[in-house]
Amino acid sequence: MSARDEVLRRVRAALEDSPAPGPVPRAYRREFPPADLTLLVERLVDYRAVVHRGDPVADVVAELVTGTLVVPPGIDPDWLPSTVDVRRDDGLPAGLLATVDAVLTAAAVAIAETGTIVLDGSPDQGRRIISLLPDLHVCVVRPEQVVASVPEALARLDPRRPLTWISGPSATSDIELNRVEGVHGPRNLHVILLEAGA
Amino acid sequence: MRIALFVTCLADTMFPAAAQATVRLLERLGHEVVFPAEQTCCGQMHINTGYQKDAVPLVRRHVRTFAGYDVVVAPSGSCVGSVRHQHAMVAAAAGDEGLAARAGDVAARTYELSELLVDVLGVEDVGAYYPHRVTYHPTCHSLRVLRVGDKPVRLLRRVRGLDLVELPAADQCCGFGGTFAVKNADTSTAMLTDKMRHVLATGADVCTAGDASCLMHIGGGLSRLHTGVRTVHLAEILAATEAAR
Amino acid sequence: MTRRTFLGMPGPRDGGPGEHPVTAPRGVGHLRGDESFPAAARKALADPQLRRNLAHATTTIRGKSARVIAELPDWQQLRDAGSALKADTMARLPELLEELEAAVTAAGGVVHWATDANQANRIVADLVRATGADRVIKVKSMATQEIGLNEALQEAGVTPVETDLAELIVQLGDDRPSHILVPAIHRNRAEIREIFLRAMPGVDPGLTDEPAVLAAAARRYLRETFLRTPVAVSGANFAIAETGTLAVVESEGNGRMCLTLPDTLITVMGIEKVVPTWQDLEVFLQLLPRSSTGERMNPYTSMWTGVTPGDGPQNVHLVLLDNGRSAVLADPAGRQALHCIRCSACLNVCPVYERTGGHAYGSVYPGPIGAVLSPQLTGVPDNASLPYASSLCGACYDACPVRIDIPSMLVHLRNQAPHPRTESAAMAAAAYTMDRPRLYAAAQRAARLTRLAGRRGRGLPPPLTGWTASRDLPDPPPETFRDWWARR
Repeated sequence: MSARDEVLRRVRAALEDSPAPGPVPRAYRREFPPADLTLLVERLVDYRAVVHRGDPVADVVAELVTGTLVVPPGIDPDWLPSTVDVRRDDGLPAGLLATVDAVLTAAAVAIAETGTIVLDGSPDQGRRIISLLPDLHVCVVRPEQVVASVPEALARLDPRRPLTWISGPSATSDIELNRVEGVHGPRNLHVILLEAGA
Repeated sequence: MRIALFVTCLADTMFPAAAQATVRLLERLGHEVVFPAEQTCCGQMHINTGYQKDAVPLVRRHVRTFAGYDVVVAPSGSCVGSVRHQHAMVAAAAGDEGLAARAGDVAARTYELSELLVDVLGVEDVGAYYPHRVTYHPTCHSLRVLRVGDKPVRLLRRVRGLDLVELPAADQCCGFGGTFAVKNADTSTAMLTDKMRHVLATGADVCTAGDASCLMHIGGGLSRLHTGVRTVHLAEILAATEAAR
Repeated sequence: MTRRTFLGMPGPRDGGPGEHPVTAPRGVGHLRGDESFPAAARKALADPQLRRNLAHATTTIRGKSARVIAELPDWQQLRDAGSALKADTMARLPELLEELEAAVTAAGGVVHWATDANQANRIVADLVRATGADRVIKVKSMATQEIGLNEALQEAGVTPVETDLAELIVQLGDDRPSHILVPAIHRNRAEIREIFLRAMPGVDPGLTDEPAVLAAAARRYLRETFLRTPVAVSGANFAIAETGTLAVVESEGNGRMCLTLPDTLITVMGIEKVVPTWQDLEVFLQLLPRSSTGERMNPYTSMWTGVTPGDGPQNVHLVLLDNGRSAVLADPAGRQALHCIRCSACLNVCPVYERTGGHAYGSVYPGPIGAVLSPQLTGVPDNASLPYASSLCGACYDACPVRIDIPSMLVHLRNQAPHPRTESAAMAAAAYTMDRPRLYAAAQRAARLTRLAGRRGRGLPPPLTGWTASRDLPDPPPETFRDWWARR
């Protein structure tokens, strides 16, 4: 008997006399008011992200980035300042990505209640590696991408895409359970929250 | 009201003062207390130590003894917890569905003392007088099995002369845990030490609770260290009056 | 699933007729300790640094967690849903596993099945060897700790590198993890600095014990390893049957590194981790971070479904592990232990864990959940002292985000533990006496006389010496209650 058949046989035998499960009560919140952008900003800041609200993306990037900036292939060209050395990701090797200073991406969804941004690998967000190796991640969020809570975010996301949920910069609580920002992922997270219609 | 006293084996044998106080208090409030002499032990020690089968006759005896009473009271959150949450299931596990049903009936009419006073008898001021500085330890089974909440504290606040001081980290277990105190004596003592530290920090003369077992543990530690702080069961404080002094 | 209440006694084990559940094998992995809980606890209790570190850490996390849980108005409803979802998952486990397998396979992943630790270790070692790699990077995973994968890989000539900061501290310190979430919770910053100075290649000798400085040292040390290692091994917090999506919840970014940079990704996951649908994650992604690290959301969560061409590992494997889980499932009164989402809230609120730490439990699964899970995975006789490693205070049940009734399960498992013969005899005698009121009354009087003959209750005979070592017994009362009542 294969291991697969053996495991399934054991599990079936274990459940032989078990009663059918009841319905799952879903009395938790599933309907939400429109997302509160101020709450998103508060929660992002609370977990040490820096938030720029309504500023032109190119201006913010120009101010933040002095060296090389990597961008995904589908980035909005209007977001790129002329002053910065921009490398468009067309399959850049990891070794090179580890040396660039910053990455600029868009986002798929943001969650106000938890201060979370989700990337889904769309052309304006790119491969997972590009938002991982540079030490500064600048992420642009459109107001219509912001939802109030986790259930709405899941409803908007496509699980077949590679997803990265980001809540503040890299952090650890492993030393005396105190949160310390900055381990392996980007140590600096800047979020640019665009105005409606921008 | 006619109230049957479920004395619990520990109070019967080691802490009769708590049970006598329960009787005096309820009689003072105008109720009739009866003591069904066929009762012995609810079987909690057997159940919680892994001797569930040995507990079946004790559950049967308990249910038979108290089946005829409308209201049963015990000065112990832990024993009421066992009656309410374990008896029916011990019976069911032994294949005796009839006993399980009767155990459920008895359990529904069995109350811990503060529950009886506040919920059933609707009284918070029991007319007690106890001129001491007191801190209250809300024992785990009263707190998390019976969910008595602040009922004991509401009763204590109405006791004349009593200076109630809040116990820090009150919801932390004292480390008794029945046979845990013997099987894991070192860990139990470590927990007890912290509980005593908090009790001593209050500056109270008396530590009270609704469970004689936890009080035996805490009091045993306080006595060993000659702290001068006494443990007194909640029933004894509520039964105390100026006239009795 | 029958609903049980705290300290409720569930029914007897009713595994299928003739079927003997297969527990996790001996001689491999880390589910069994070398000594009993009381013996190990005694040593831990005598370690003042450990006591201080644990008290500080558990107090900190309890406060953080309580604050963010209080922010959610529907926390109890989420717990209800989480509990029911897990019960539903267990009841439908075979079909969900087959659904998961099909979805992962359709997305380009390869699914392997392992009946036990030995099989799982062999599968992973063979997969690594096939790539030609002699080193793997690892994301913190309870399942791979449980099966002793690191030792198995080393035997196969492969060096496993733990990349989670706490696991790295444990690995460099040649130590054992002591907490599900924060494996180095027993270490403080000064000790971590010493471990790094002693065992981290290339470390700056001027290292201070600032947590940020220590974290930066780990970053520098592991950076090259991340970039140069072609194989990663991970666990999974969730696996969605409906879509084949796997999820890893983490904080530091080491998980993202392992899940993104290598060519080959091997995920080892207990079969109970499956979640029916994508939308069901809405419950667990709210429950888990707030219960575990006390954050509204952990810094990083990665989700992948098979292979994404051009992005991340192009060879994706999933190893589904039984290793005693089907035996746990066979006990209707014990299977709730499989509902655990490894948040470790029960450890952080447990007064026993707070004082003894995780090593005393012997198994990689410490604390209250470990005290019910480990004995069931191994068979109770192999971890016989663990069901007793609790005062049954119930704090774990209140803290559990999926409402696992740990106290009732502890009580249930105590019935399966081998009992000392003298204890069994005493319990039987006590039950016999207590079922006969006249004999009982006589015994009460006899006990009183014995006590009066002794002094102040110090020096009871074994096993009761455990009581009188630190506590006095009260003076015997002048008469029992029933004697008082009788003469009233």
